Amino acid sequence: MKNKRSLFAVPYVIWMALFVVIPIIIMLVYSLTVTVDTAQGEVLQGSLSNFTGMTLYASVFGRSFWLALVATLICLALGYPAAYLMSREGEGFKRVAMALIMLPMWMNFLLRTYSWMAILENNGLLNQLLRKLGIIALYNRLTGSDIEYFQMIRTPGAVVLGMVYNYLPFMILPIYTVLTKLDPKLIEAAQDLGANSATVFRRVTLPLSVSGIVSGVTMVFVPSVSTFAISRLLGGGTQMMLGDLIENQFLGGAYNPHLGAAISMVMMVIVVICMLVMNHFGDGEGEAVML
Amino acid sequence: MSKELIRLKDVTMSFDGETVLDNLNIYFNDKEFLTLLGPSGCGKTTTLRIIGGFQTPTSGDVFFDGVRINDVPPHLRKVNTVFQKYALFPHLNVYDNVAFGLRIPKEADGGADKPGKRQTVKLSKSEIDARVREMLEIVSLKGFEHRSVTSLSGGQQQRVAIARALVNRPKVLLLDEPLGALDMRLRKDMQQELKRIQQQMEITFIYVTHDQEEALAMSDTVVVMNEGKIQQIGTPEDIYNEPKNAFVADFIGESNIVDGIMREDRVVEIFNRRFACLDAGFEKDEPVDVVIRPEDVDIVGEAEGQLRGVVTSVTFKGVHYDTIVDFYGFKWLIQTTDYCPVDSHIGIRIDPDGIHVMKKSKYSGMFGDYSSYSEEYDEINREEPEVSGDEE
Repeated sequence: MKNKRSLFAVPYVIWMALFVVIPIIIMLVYSLTVTVDTAQGEVLQGSLSNFTGMTLYASVFGRSFWLALVATLICLALGYPAAYLMSREGEGFKRVAMALIMLPMWMNFLLRTYSWMAILENNGLLNQLLRKLGIIALYNRLTGSDIEYFQMIRTPGAVVLGMVYNYLPFMILPIYTVLTKLDPKLIEAAQDLGANSATVFRRVTLPLSVSGIVSGVTMVFVPSVSTFAISRLLGGGTQMMLGDLIENQFLGGAYNPHLGAAISMVMMVIVVICMLVMNHFGDGEGEAVML
Repeated sequence: MSKELIRLKDVTMSFDGETVLDNLNIYFNDKEFLTLLGPSGCGKTTTLRIIGGFQTPTSGDVFFDGVRINDVPPHLRKVNTVFQKYALFPHLNVYDNVAFGLRIPKEADGGADKPGKRQTVKLSKSEIDARVREMLEIVSLKGFEHRSVTSLSGGQQQRVAIARALVNRPKVLLLDEPLGALDMRLRKDMQQELKRIQQQMEITFIYVTHDQEEALAMSDTVVVMNEGKIQQIGTPEDIYNEPKNAFVADFIGESNIVDGIMREDRVVEIFNRRFACLDAGFEKDEPVDVVIRPEDVDIVGEAEGQLRGVVTSVTFKGVHYDTIVDFYGFKWLIQTTDYCPVDSHIGIRIDPDGIHVMKKSKYSGMFGDYSSYSEEYDEINREEPEVSGDEE
């Protein structure tokens, strides 16, 4: 009986092996080797130089994790109150709010990001609007400067904005799910025991929504730290992140898949460590997010 | 006589135009074990929630120690609640659940009545510890301090819930069907346990249940409710022996309820036969409801019976037989230790103290007929489904 049932897992196991385990092994092999030209042609040769040479890119690592962290914290700051309010409203409000949150996600990711480019461009929608409203002139008069536009695109802020815009739903949804499942009797019990609304939130609601926060943080942080489209389109090449760096090693001018693989491995290890630390706070409930 | 602690005055509660409580007037005495008893949807839980502060009555007033507390939020009221499914905090262990209330700085006495002057008192760690441990001992959970509440059995969770409420030394403990989720044996144990705790701590218990046996076994006072109205208030003995109307008679224990006519004081006519009874003060020839408890009927030979009937069904119940007897088309339940086979013709005698006469009420004719005995029997024995929510 049990053996028969485990047959159902076979397709998934094959899938995992083909598309997860084997690629990781390939990446690992690549990261630990270099290609050397010999008389017999190109051969792989074991080497740690990919890792030792990576210090050159410390600033890219730093920027990636920093921008992803800032974006995650902003998502949390925006997403938690939103999820909290939604969970306490009536069904009608919940449905509308949910639709509004999901709607952008149904549009193409690149399209959304291109739209932000059009908005943030030096001569883009926002700057035109600010000019029409006389805000740029006002700014010039107040500060004695002479600018034509606010520099928005190609700044770290633009990249963070892009991340927040794209990944905010992934923060709201898990927190919202946890909060709606929270038994209202627990809130009443806390009130009954003398807790005012601030204490109820601090001692009951917040601790019981940690698993949602862990899921949300994971789902925002991981794609943020490895993004390349957002940083390239909204950072305009000035905000190189790990994703861009890796892409550059495989497809770009700096062609060096060994280094790309090594950077990927290091990034993966750091992300896994970050998530383990997060899950520790989540009391193990967020473990499922890892896979 | 103990003094009055809580009073509900003309309390009416409606949800979406549906009246759940209809002009309720009731008071609760200090150190009393009072039970609100009734079928689901009768308003008993709503009454409890109004006292706890979780619902504000549509109209009417709530007084605590003589002070109107309609607008006092739950966290400032000197009552604590044991919730229906315990509502223990799953992220805290047993100790921290019990300590929850003690760790919250409380307003100094009288603070609830005088907002604006907020003096808070914070208990020291050692005092909290002493009180938590003392309370865990009272509910027999010593040694469970660091267990996770989700790992406990239903009975143990129940004890944690009681300890968590009582450790705050409330003047009143509200209990909302606290034993509903426990099995029969555990329930009986917990009934005694609760009664013991109530007497030991000398506080008021307001207890909500739909289980009439539970209500009779534990209470000093029982309040029978139905359709948002109080049907009767009294001691368990009063409620059982002197039910006010057919609803109460039927809800508390088993009853045969038949139409009668009060011919004169202490004489009631049933099925055109006159019976001696102990009731007086009715109009001459007033139509009444007559309650005869199944255990108050003696089976005798057909010849010497005051009424004669035919046995239609017999069920062995251990201590006695549940015997259904057809009298002139009206079926009675008789509980007897004598076995009478189906289709046997028997006579019955009823002593004057076995007959209880009630005024006619809106419930007349609705209860107390065992014609559809088997279905009704199932209904009585089936666990009543969870009632949370349907009263809200």
